[in-house]
Amino acid sequence: MTAAHALDVVVPPPPESTPAVAHLKMRAEGVSVRYGETRAVQNVDLDILTHEVTALIGPSGCGKSTLLRCFNRMNDEIPGCRTTGNVTLDGEPIYGDQIDVVQLRARVGMVFQKPNPFRKSIYANVAYGPRIHGLAKKGPEMDEIVQRSLSRAGLWEEVRDRLSEPGNALSGGQQQRLCIARAIAVDPEVILMDEPCSALDPIATARVEELIYELRSRYAIAIVTHNMQQAARVSQRTAFFHLGELIECGATEDIFTQPAKARTRDYITGRYG
Amino acid sequence: MRARLRKRHRSERLFRRAGLLAISAAVLVLALLLGSIVTSGLSAFRQTQLLLDVDFDATVVPPLDGLQAIERERALVGTDLGALVRNALRREFPGVHRRAAVRQLQSLVSSGARSILRTMLVDDPALRGHTTPIWVPADDDVDLLQKGSTKRAAAVDARRLSDAQIGWIDALAARGRVRTTLNTTFFTSGDSREPELAGIWGALVGSFLTLAVTLAIVFPLGVAAAVHLEEFAPKNRWTDLVEVNINNLAAVPSIVFGLLGLAVFLNLLHLPRSAPIVGGATLALMTLPTLIIVARAAIKAVPPSIREAARGLGASPLQVLGHHVLPLAMPGILTGTIISMARALGETAPLLMIGMVAFIVDIPGGVGDPATVLPAQIYLWADSPERGFVEKTCGAILVLVAFLIAMNGAAIGLRQKLEKRW
Repeated sequence: MTAAHALDVVVPPPPESTPAVAHLKMRAEGVSVRYGETRAVQNVDLDILTHEVTALIGPSGCGKSTLLRCFNRMNDEIPGCRTTGNVTLDGEPIYGDQIDVVQLRARVGMVFQKPNPFRKSIYANVAYGPRIHGLAKKGPEMDEIVQRSLSRAGLWEEVRDRLSEPGNALSGGQQQRLCIARAIAVDPEVILMDEPCSALDPIATARVEELIYELRSRYAIAIVTHNMQQAARVSQRTAFFHLGELIECGATEDIFTQPAKARTRDYITGRYG
Repeated sequence: MRARLRKRHRSERLFRRAGLLAISAAVLVLALLLGSIVTSGLSAFRQTQLLLDVDFDATVVPPLDGLQAIERERALVGTDLGALVRNALRREFPGVHRRAAVRQLQSLVSSGARSILRTMLVDDPALRGHTTPIWVPADDDVDLLQKGSTKRAAAVDARRLSDAQIGWIDALAARGRVRTTLNTTFFTSGDSREPELAGIWGALVGSFLTLAVTLAIVFPLGVAAAVHLEEFAPKNRWTDLVEVNINNLAAVPSIVFGLLGLAVFLNLLHLPRSAPIVGGATLALMTLPTLIIVARAAIKAVPPSIREAARGLGASPLQVLGHHVLPLAMPGILTGTIISMARALGETAPLLMIGMVAFIVDIPGGVGDPATVLPAQIYLWADSPERGFVEKTCGAILVLVAFLIAMNGAAIGLRQKLEKRW
């Protein structure tokens, strides 16, 4: 795929198979997160649906990343961070003592803001998740998973001859796609993306956006972004946050063309943010 | 504007020159130090030997045929092997008769010659009754004369050899019976009262065993402590207290750890005195705080994004640690370990307290045997009155430095190997 073509994704082509009817995958009900005395997220209800990309937008410090991290309990390790409320995956609560976080994260994968490949080979990066979850044995089985994941992440053609090279020798955009390949290698149901393109140049961003658009046919995707054009391009539903509160949530088209709340309109038209 | 620029350039040049000057000074001092040690220490690796035609006189040596090696050794206990040396020297200089002169003549040869003859007889009893030419080590005074450390022109009181003795040596040299060879004794034997018989091997083995014990204790303990404090321990008043204490312990004078070792390992646990196991444990106590601090820094330096990536994939805390954090921190931890080990290798004060600065002749065979270590040996030799020990001291320092370089080299090699592995 040429770069010129990759840039052409502002109006993305329809995916090969139009996604089936979206249904509820994850639901947050009355979720609040506090860091010590600071309230980062206040009483938020949000649904994440399959075959859809849900974009979380809002000014810096509005709690959208914190909320995203609630969906696979990545906030657990942060000292002084307390999450209250209810989050469910397929109707089952994910907070609670009897829930295995390891299992949860195998089903709800995550891609981070800065590309963070392990300091291992490209192959080992992708194979790591399947290995620790025992999804495949070493050898042809694992080779297949690695190839499939890299292909889905649109990276296979670029790295097929240098799988043993270190992951951080790739360019920034390639590294981020490697991280996406690493996340989908464990075959998750939901992928959380925390500003996945903020450290990438426009061309690499376009490639990743295109990838996100394609991936929604298989996964439920939630993406945090500062870039409103990006939200408009890749998402079907958009949630706007301000000061830890969910202001408005709805179909992307509606949010961007006829927002119901004044604050949403001000933000989208660039009056503040 | 331009003036300011010029001023800035000037100060930069000055700064660079100051740095260069500092490095040059350091290199110069190092060169001076190493140069002086090498020049006075290299001669320790060479030894003067005398060729004697020794007659294993059947009237002196008891019959040894048909005996086991151990029985032969026992049979030779009362034998005056010194007489064989004396007779050989007398045959060399038939004109010497006076008792005092004979004693002077005999003192040219090291007392170690007797044990050489004994070993030869034990190995080959057939020598009895035959005359054999044998190279025996010369006395340390002769050795120093041959190496030029003792000046012939010096006044008689200032040198330890009389004119007659120098004459005899020159006569022997003229007959081709004096040579200077590689001092294998220095590298293969333990300590001795006689400089020409003293060797570094016992101290080297002692140092090696002690360091092995230290490493075996301090590495797992230090890394485990660092991992716990950095990754698992809750941040509260207790861990703060532990942290402050660790930092303080790293600055405690080493002799205090020696006292602790004496009190705990010797007086309380009744472990053997002067043994590498006690020395190693004491040095482990001393190096533990340093290693914990370094290992914690190395673990902290692992980028948090790597931990997040692993956790986001569903790795358990132990997997995050074992698969990612420790491998990335390992080069740093190893560097810290090597620095600690190097410090332990050069440490004498704590070992003083547990009796490892002792005159120990035997080569230690295990961590429970009495042993001494290289710096303690250097200290002992530097303290000895015999002139011959001066060069031994410098020689031992050279061995210590070589040991250190080998250790650091191994560490650097190991680190590069670990860093390259993906």
